[in-house]
Amino acid sequence: MNNDYVVKMENITKVFGKVKALDHVEFSLKKGEVHAILGENGAGKSSLMNVLNGIYMPDEGQIEVKGQLVNISSPKIALDLGIGMLPQHYKLVDVFSAMENVAAGSRKTTPFLNKKKILDEMGKLIAQLGMDINPNKKVYEMSVAEKQSLEIFKVLYRGADILILDEPTAVLTPQEIKNLFEIVKKMVATGCSVIIITHKLEEVMEISDRITIMRKGTTIQTVNKAETTPQELAGMMVGDMMELNVPYVPVERGGKCLEVKDITAIDRNKVHILDHVSFDLYAGEILGVAGIAGSGQKELCEGIAGLYHLKSGEIIFEGENIVGKNPEKISQMGISLSFVPEDRLGMGLVSSMDIIDNVLLKDYRNKKGMGISREVSRDKAEALVERLNVSTPAIENHAVSLLSGGNIQKVLLGREIELEPKLLVTAYATRGLDVGSSQIIYELLNEQKVKMKPIMYVGEDLDVLMSLCDRIMVLCEGRVTGIVDPRKTTKEAIGLMMSGVMNEGEAGCSIS
Amino acid sequence: MLHIVKKDVPKTREKIVVRLSAVLAALAVASIIVLVAGANPIELYIGIVQGCFGSLYRFAATIEKMVPLLVLSLGVMVAFKMRFWNIGAEGQFLMGAVGTTLVVRLLPDLPLPLMLLLMIVVSFAFGAVWLMIPAFFKARFGTNETLFTLMLNYIALTLVTALQYDFWKDPAANGMPKIANLPENALLPSAGGFNLSILMAVIIVLAMYYFMNRSKIGFEIAVLGESENTARYIGINVTKTIIIAALVSGGLCGIVGMMQTTGVSGALSTEITGGLGFTAIIVAWLSGLKVPFVVVNSFAFAVLLQGASYIQTAFQIPGSVAEMIQAIILFFILGSEFVLQYRFVSDKTKSEVA
Repeated sequence: MNNDYVVKMENITKVFGKVKALDHVEFSLKKGEVHAILGENGAGKSSLMNVLNGIYMPDEGQIEVKGQLVNISSPKIALDLGIGMLPQHYKLVDVFSAMENVAAGSRKTTPFLNKKKILDEMGKLIAQLGMDINPNKKVYEMSVAEKQSLEIFKVLYRGADILILDEPTAVLTPQEIKNLFEIVKKMVATGCSVIIITHKLEEVMEISDRITIMRKGTTIQTVNKAETTPQELAGMMVGDMMELNVPYVPVERGGKCLEVKDITAIDRNKVHILDHVSFDLYAGEILGVAGIAGSGQKELCEGIAGLYHLKSGEIIFEGENIVGKNPEKISQMGISLSFVPEDRLGMGLVSSMDIIDNVLLKDYRNKKGMGISREVSRDKAEALVERLNVSTPAIENHAVSLLSGGNIQKVLLGREIELEPKLLVTAYATRGLDVGSSQIIYELLNEQKVKMKPIMYVGEDLDVLMSLCDRIMVLCEGRVTGIVDPRKTTKEAIGLMMSGVMNEGEAGCSIS
Repeated sequence: MLHIVKKDVPKTREKIVVRLSAVLAALAVASIIVLVAGANPIELYIGIVQGCFGSLYRFAATIEKMVPLLVLSLGVMVAFKMRFWNIGAEGQFLMGAVGTTLVVRLLPDLPLPLMLLLMIVVSFAFGAVWLMIPAFFKARFGTNETLFTLMLNYIALTLVTALQYDFWKDPAANGMPKIANLPENALLPSAGGFNLSILMAVIIVLAMYYFMNRSKIGFEIAVLGESENTARYIGINVTKTIIIAALVSGGLCGIVGMMQTTGVSGALSTEITGGLGFTAIIVAWLSGLKVPFVVVNSFAFAVLLQGASYIQTAFQIPGSVAEMIQAIILFFILGSEFVLQYRFVSDKTKSEVA
């Protein structure tokens, strides 16, 4: 490896509305290196790469590519400079073969397909990289890993020598990850430079040469892999404990309300998205769920709510096993369970309806007969708007999608709390909300806790989780890697559990 | 370069102004065609109005054209509200008419009230089944209902052709491929050109208004149409809701078959629909899938249809000219929807915004 920088980004700032997604970020990539960008969700990793790929224009700062000051205003210009980004969601034509997908949109293509020439070129490149691609295989017959290889190949075929991989391992099995890393190593050997975005520490330690750690829109540090340890990286990733104004309310916890035993679920890619998860939830406690995005939080919540198919295991709630029951059945059994889903407008609320109708969603069945009455819901909506201080021009004929994120969440959470459920499950309740709105949400949750409600709180900000929750359950790749008392453990230990480097016992944390 | 950008929700005033100017512009453009056809546009337009409202008889003819379109549009609307693209109203219409004729053929001697009641039930069932088939496959196997319902139109049409040319061919029609006219005891009673189907339509409109806005199932259909995830989340039985919506949608279109056979044409034939099943799709969309607007727009379309048939005879212009005028007005109104929802911005202003 030499010291030629192929990419130098200096002072990059990007503001979305009031949020600083990137705050004077520095980043550099050497020729022939694998550079990992490490950080929690929302740290700015993807934003930074989108700037490099020409999807976002930075508000401040400059970019040098291969020694030249450049203005990357579109992905096409990025590709002209040799920068190619692997999209997180693959953009392949299902009914086309691998070869046709490669040819489509390639600037080497002539009006009439010269299949033989393309196949020759593809064959050479495939052999060089040792990739497992059959040019004649149709995309719909491919596994996720094959599709990913094809996407990588597409980018390389179009002449990219700086490759950005955004969370490439999230959808892969361990064996497929190994293959991917082999390809990455071969690409580097042929002179490419690779940026890999991830939050998995093990992978970082395995594949990268240098590591840049990002947190909350800033670069913390760039380190050489040889000079660091996973512990140090986890520490930098999560940062020091922050003083937050998230009140912890001590409550003497009550009896066991929910018993989750050994639940397992499999996602579309045949990956165990929940892997023998077991835990209990007690009255008057907030159980935090921590974990890297996609560790099974969504499936756990939806599994409890009867929305995600669980392959095995039991969920005992009020003496009944609710696994295998859909929400209709669960409510018919007289079990009142409130789930505040992550996807507020796509699941929790109907975006085009007004507040009254959205309150009605959970109300309309209570009225006898065929009809619905908006009167009760109107009163409830009015009370909700007043109590939670929702700022909206009207509760009627004003779609909730026109409200701000914080107000949308207030409507959703307010509606669920108003139902006086016996169990409250919230997923990313404060995602995208400003400090003030988040504060109101925390207070609402604490209020429910004092009323001896059992609450499951899935969160992403460790500082918040640690100050709000009574216990924190850490998920990593669908497994529970620890259930800890946040007041008796360190943020770093939780960070290591999140990355699956360490389990509860090893971190030396107490079991609550 | 110009870009197309979505606008904020337009104000009611803006909507009225834009739509009115669309109609005026359409009339202006249509005038050119009228002139070429050798008529005076102003007189012709006045003629359209006279053709629709000039006498009680003409007004009755307008209403007669409105009723089937109205009920078809309401039927289509129910399915569309659920994002279930039922473009098979033609087929359900035909099947309803087949069911009606079948009742008469099987039980020709029923007294009129019983006969009508039975025909309503059977035509509803025939139309409903014709839509339940694709609905079942959609709910169960995720098939594409757009193609499915469209294809069923042709099956229904072929079936009616077979009945008309072979199985149910009237032996008394001197070899003409024709199905026998319905007997007296199977015709909708009428007075002064207004027949009983108007009353049926009024009842259907009121029932549908309740169904869409005040009933649990109507609310569930609306939620399901907006987001299947939300529907599942609040515990709506998705399959059941799809089937019920299909039942109502197809059933209403089927009843139109009964109304037209017993009230207007007097016999089943391949021409009985007059393409209204497709026009209904346009009416339902232009009305924003809202019952009151469906009523207004069905009437507006009926005026165009009746006016067009009147001016053909009164002004001796070819029928195609009248159809062209209709088409031009429709195009302008559809175009005005675009103007209401989008605006153009040039590249330069866009980058300033970004």
